[in-house]
Amino acid sequence: MAKSITQEFAKGLWEEIPPFRLVLGLCPVLGVTTTMENGIGMGLATTFVLLCSNILVSVLRNVIPSKVRIACFIIIIATFVIVVEQLMQAYASIYPLYLKLGVFIPLIVVNCIVLGRAEAFAFKNSIARSMADGLGIGIGFTLSLSALGAVREIIGNGTLTLYEKPLFNIVSFVPSFQPFEFMVKPPGAFVALGLMLCIMNVIGKK
Amino acid sequence: MGDYIVLIISCIFVNNILLAQFLGNCPFLGTSKKMETAVGMAMAVIFVLVMAGAITWLIYTYILVPFDLVYLRTIFFILVIASLVQFVEMFLKKSIPALYAGLGIFLPLITTNCAVFGVCIINIDKELSFMQSMVASFAYAAGFGLALILFAGVRERILLARVPRPLQDTSIGLITAGMISLIFFAFKGMV
Repeated sequence: MAKSITQEFAKGLWEEIPPFRLVLGLCPVLGVTTTMENGIGMGLATTFVLLCSNILVSVLRNVIPSKVRIACFIIIIATFVIVVEQLMQAYASIYPLYLKLGVFIPLIVVNCIVLGRAEAFAFKNSIARSMADGLGIGIGFTLSLSALGAVREIIGNGTLTLYEKPLFNIVSFVPSFQPFEFMVKPPGAFVALGLMLCIMNVIGKK
Repeated sequence: MGDYIVLIISCIFVNNILLAQFLGNCPFLGTSKKMETAVGMAMAVIFVLVMAGAITWLIYTYILVPFDLVYLRTIFFILVIASLVQFVEMFLKKSIPALYAGLGIFLPLITTNCAVFGVCIINIDKELSFMQSMVASFAYAAGFGLALILFAGVRERILLARVPRPLQDTSIGLITAGMISLIFFAFKGMV
């Protein structure tokens, strides 16, 4: 039953990859993934909070009374979210990204994935395992967000840019390509995520 | 007065909290399988969101700004919302048991509903006045309820349809939500 630390880390990348296997924390998934860059930024911010809160919850798991544990988790998570907010405001290179992500950065506090991992995993497991779990789930979340962002950006804009450097332009492969603007608009977010979930189901069921 | 009407329309339809701003999607997908639960959730959100909007506005303007603690707003707001929900729950249980039974388990769930927290932050970021933020909170909550109840209606019909296996459940739910969002998108020209 007990998994090794590598397995705890690896399960976040496929077995329990959020938000596909663990359908939680959909708001940032839908809200920020208009471009790949936003997806990566949001994913890394969430990973940081997830990792730090998992470690702290695990360290304090014998101190926190179980009756008020949810309130304690929320305070721990909120503290790290403020750290992320302050860090992103402090560096000029990531400040534009902070402005783009807007309300979704403070909203990491109520992201069910972070609270869910604290409750379901970190409160019951050792520090090393909680670290592996937080890092795995966080990286899995970053991967899904960037994949969704990349798909939407390619179909919606026809290009893929990272830090203002164009990586890929679909017009060079298919000259007659017309951007399918629906994908970068809000309705496209729901449809793209629904279709990706469907693809994951097809792959996973085999 | 005209300003308020524009504000209400833009909050309910144009900037619908669920379908255009993507806040509160977990309860949107989680509680929309049955009409009954959808109505319960919608009522609970309207109730809490208006109160949370008012209280966070007062705290921000009269405590955080004068003492230069604006950077702590995230932790302040989440604690206020969590304790407000707890308080409302106790109050309703004692004084209006019928309403309490109706809202049931949806009240505690609201603490982690990002729509509530998100609207409080959006109101502050847009620098609305007290009256405006009350009206906006109510309109956002009404928009949440409208979208949730519409979606629950569609979802009850989908149960009767034959959906391909990989698309079942959440997947078809999201695609349906996309279609409803597309309909709401048409309101963009109104304001």
